[in-house]
Amino acid sequence: MKKRKRSWGKLLGQLALILCAVAALFPVLFMVTHSFFSGSEITESYGALSGSGEMRFHLIPDRATLESWAEVFLLSPSYLMKFWSSMLLALGTVAGQVIVSAVSGYGFAKFRFPLRRVLYFTVVILMMMPVQVLMVSQYPVLQKLGLLGSYWALIIPGAFGAFGIFLITQVYSYIPDELLEAAKIDGASHLQILLRIVVPCSKMGIASLVVLSFIDNWNLVEQPIVFLKNTWQYPLSVFLSQINESRLDVAFVCGVLAILPTALLYLFMKDALVSGIENASLK
Amino acid sequence: MKKKKLTLRQKESLTGFLFALPAIVGTVLFFLLPFVLNFAKSFLKGRRFVFLDNYIDVLGNEVFAMSAWNTLRFLLAAVPLILLLSFGAALLLHRGMRASAFFRTVFVFPMVLPVCSVILFFDILFADAGAMNGLFTALGLPVVQWLDSGWAFWVLVLLYIWKNIGYDIVLFLAALNSITKVFYEAADIEGASGWDKMRYVTLPMIRPHLVFLVVISVVNGFKAFREAYILCGDYPHESIYMLQHYINNNFQNLNYQKLAVGTIVIFLMILAMVLLIFLGKWRKEGGK
Repeated sequence: MKKRKRSWGKLLGQLALILCAVAALFPVLFMVTHSFFSGSEITESYGALSGSGEMRFHLIPDRATLESWAEVFLLSPSYLMKFWSSMLLALGTVAGQVIVSAVSGYGFAKFRFPLRRVLYFTVVILMMMPVQVLMVSQYPVLQKLGLLGSYWALIIPGAFGAFGIFLITQVYSYIPDELLEAAKIDGASHLQILLRIVVPCSKMGIASLVVLSFIDNWNLVEQPIVFLKNTWQYPLSVFLSQINESRLDVAFVCGVLAILPTALLYLFMKDALVSGIENASLK
Repeated sequence: MKKKKLTLRQKESLTGFLFALPAIVGTVLFFLLPFVLNFAKSFLKGRRFVFLDNYIDVLGNEVFAMSAWNTLRFLLAAVPLILLLSFGAALLLHRGMRASAFFRTVFVFPMVLPVCSVILFFDILFADAGAMNGLFTALGLPVVQWLDSGWAFWVLVLLYIWKNIGYDIVLFLAALNSITKVFYEAADIEGASGWDKMRYVTLPMIRPHLVFLVVISVVNGFKAFREAYILCGDYPHESIYMLQHYINNNFQNLNYQKLAVGTIVIFLMILAMVLLIFLGKWRKEGGK
């Protein structure tokens, strides 16, 4: 009797898990199938959003077409331009962050120097600050430096982002000191130790920084709106967040375009991402 | 002899400092210095030093009070909820289910997605003439203004959980995996029930991880502003008008004093939280 009750509970739990899994994936599925809707079917189904017509919520198009894809890829180059701006921004920031934190993490993780703990503590606080708090402070400084209005206003502060420094310092600190001591005795310089031992030992950690930071910077919304001057400079993420109901067909395709890079990155590097989340916890 | 050793140590610490220098310079220039200037500005009116006047102004401001209360209310509702749900899910996944790797992958996926890429879906779901209301009408239920009534708060909580639950599940699973099986075996020998094992083994072993889970859930909670902003714009329903809306809107009006005070308040909230963990951590390390 008791056993039976247990298995019912287990079944219920599994059912709940399956339902949640469907809920987790549904929005993406919705975007993907809708990118194959024809313009007229979208107007007919979702005209209600702009105040006229009915709402006919359905997942499978009556007639699948590549109309909207053709529009985005062939007819109006501005959407693909936004995709490339997003790519440039995200990759630029990630590259900067990897270089800065791979070098500086070594200093924080494997040396003792005055103020080290205070500085590291500052980094942790910064990591947790909502972007608005940082942006408000950064604005006048970026203005003084003449960076406002260009992508550098996003890439340069991003490269010094606290999360990268924090994560890599955590990852490096797991490398046993004995390994470094041995190399030192063999006469290796610190730079050699960093490049030949520490970095190769931390491949997984660096990979997780790449994934997590790419996701973050691919999805910028607040900073570009404030730091860039012209709408044409906006990356895909901002464009999508401001899209209005009049161009739904294009919006679905652009949504899928925005999903693709992060989804692919995740599929190929999910272990790195998960280990990144685990390593970025303060134990 | 002793003196030479000291200089060697000094040389080591200088090397370490030099390695850390790029991060230090960048952090100071782009984050710390701006923040200190901002802090200084919060005591000024124009060029005049007014000490706490700005704080008194802002803290007495109705809109500010509302936005601070909303932020707090949101965190108080969303954080316990996500912790409970992710703990439950982690327990289910931990018990050696064959598909558990698959489920973990699926649950983390929304975190990876750019919100702006799927925001259209939520628009269509929750609009006044949207899919949810279509369903409600079909079921004979009254139509609800999901984004323009008190319900907006719960829509935002739902979005927050949808997006962030994977993060918490990963951390809970790591915590559960760190518990040695020996404890459970010992409990079995003693004839402990499932509930006893939960209460006397699992929960105490998880407690040290819980602090960070709460902190990261709060940090992610602050990020839920983005969802609110994308879905509802600068002025959403007042139940989800957050501190960040307040900051954002004053930024557009170039009201620097209000802005500075608002950011300092958020900063203090987070500082208090982080201090809490670090104090524990430093005590454990014994001031190393």
